[in-house]
Amino acid sequence: MLELKHISFEVPEDGVDKEIIKDISFVIPDGKFTVITGPNGGGKSTLAKLIAGIQKPTSGQILWDGQDITEMSITDRARMGISYAFQQPVRFKGITVLDLIRLAKGEEISISGACEYLSQVGLCAKDYINREVNASLSGGELKRIEIATVLARGTKLSVFDEPEAGIDLWSFQNLIQVFEKMHREIHGSILIISHQERILNIADEILVIGDGEVTDHGVKEEILPKLLGSSSAVNVCDGRR
Amino acid sequence: MDSIQKELLEAVAGLHEIPAGAYNIRANGESAARNTTANIDIVSKTDVSGIDIKIKAGTKKESVHIPVLLSQSGLEEMVYNDFYIGDDCDVVIVAGCGIHNGGDAASRHDGIHRFFVGKNAHVKYVEKHYGSGDGKGERIMNPQTEVDLDENSEMEMEMVQIKGVDSTVRTTKASLKKGAKLVVTERLMTHGNQRAESKFDVDLNGVDSSANIISRAVARDNSVQIFKSVINGNAKCSGHTECDAIIMDNANISAIPEITANNPDAALIHEAAIGKIAGEQIIKLMTLGLTEKEAEEEIVNGFLK
Repeated sequence: MLELKHISFEVPEDGVDKEIIKDISFVIPDGKFTVITGPNGGGKSTLAKLIAGIQKPTSGQILWDGQDITEMSITDRARMGISYAFQQPVRFKGITVLDLIRLAKGEEISISGACEYLSQVGLCAKDYINREVNASLSGGELKRIEIATVLARGTKLSVFDEPEAGIDLWSFQNLIQVFEKMHREIHGSILIISHQERILNIADEILVIGDGEVTDHGVKEEILPKLLGSSSAVNVCDGRR
Repeated sequence: MDSIQKELLEAVAGLHEIPAGAYNIRANGESAARNTTANIDIVSKTDVSGIDIKIKAGTKKESVHIPVLLSQSGLEEMVYNDFYIGDDCDVVIVAGCGIHNGGDAASRHDGIHRFFVGKNAHVKYVEKHYGSGDGKGERIMNPQTEVDLDENSEMEMEMVQIKGVDSTVRTTKASLKKGAKLVVTERLMTHGNQRAESKFDVDLNGVDSSANIISRAVARDNSVQIFKSVINGNAKCSGHTECDAIIMDNANISAIPEITANNPDAALIHEAAIGKIAGEQIIKLMTLGLTEKEAEEEIVNGFLK
């Protein structure tokens, strides 16, 4: 179980500390599929980085299965079972797709084993396995490889920052199936930052973040109609309440 | 061969035992073993130290190994090796030098390799340099390579120096006739107080000749690297030189590409980039459970692969 307690995060801007995350508290229960949504610039990606340890909060506590991990490194959190898929995947010179999946898995992996993860994200494995993870790959291809690295880890918590960005409509349905399958098989918690209705639709819980605060949090059945059907949805998307 | 020499042999030539095909193993200044084949002859020079390697025209799918091993501290040598590769050959040449210096005197191997590649021939040349030993004596290598490519011939050169060479000045000169092609891949890593200088000088003289020189380098600790690449386009030709370097710690790297077109149909490109490892690359690997140091190692190994 992941618990955020009174998390705040400030960055200096023009000599003044700007608050990106404002005293946020919530719990991601085990085995739940949670989607974080809300307007751009509201602090969603920052929240994901705080969970992965890439950023450290200015104040507050992050608890993982009851243990305080607020000061722990990215590496320690990864080893404790937290995975994080970048919104903009990183490119490497010389490191191949196979290398990256092997590193994600944390052990030697057969080519056919690695191919399985690629197939799951809709890539024809044999065309990709020995390619370098560099600029010769398109944004959508890199994105799917990024998701494959998180699948290969198979950890208790997987955080995805806008996995749909750069993925074409044709592959999108496949992506939904990947998350559903992951949810069924890994029995871990999945936390996805997304604007897509179809991803919101498969969530157990939805957390709405706007202007650095939790503006709504509840089961999908309760939150989704508010986001889609009513005028409040427009307000939420505008960052107003 | 003793165990140190065997270790050097494995590092520079990937050999555990005596290779198949033609070979000449030079150990501590003397020829330790030699084998010739029906198509490949190896003859010692009489005026200077070194060998002539003569490959008959039309020889296909054969290889020559000519590793040099130095395990005696303080030994300094200058070697001249000439390769005569006949027309229409398709051969692999593996050279390399390993120095183990356990003493306090400098050990030094300077070699001049000259290649005369016949028409339509294809040569793959692999050269690895490696140093070991914990003595205070420096391990020095100064290889000079001269390549003369006849019409429509091709030469692929893979040059690697990853570890343990304290000081090196490598010079590679090439001249290409009509339709000839040269591809060079250089990988270089320096550490400690090492200094490495790599110079290329390529003349594209023939119509439709081409050269592609790619260098990937990593400089760590207090090491210094200089990369100079000169391509002269003297006919309708294409040339590309690229230096991509990772700088770490207190190292120092210079990349000096120079392209000159002496013909309006010469298409020449140079690219050079030096930078430290991108922070986001390290972060990505840390999210996979690697420590910062492990992440750095993986990134460097991948880069030099």
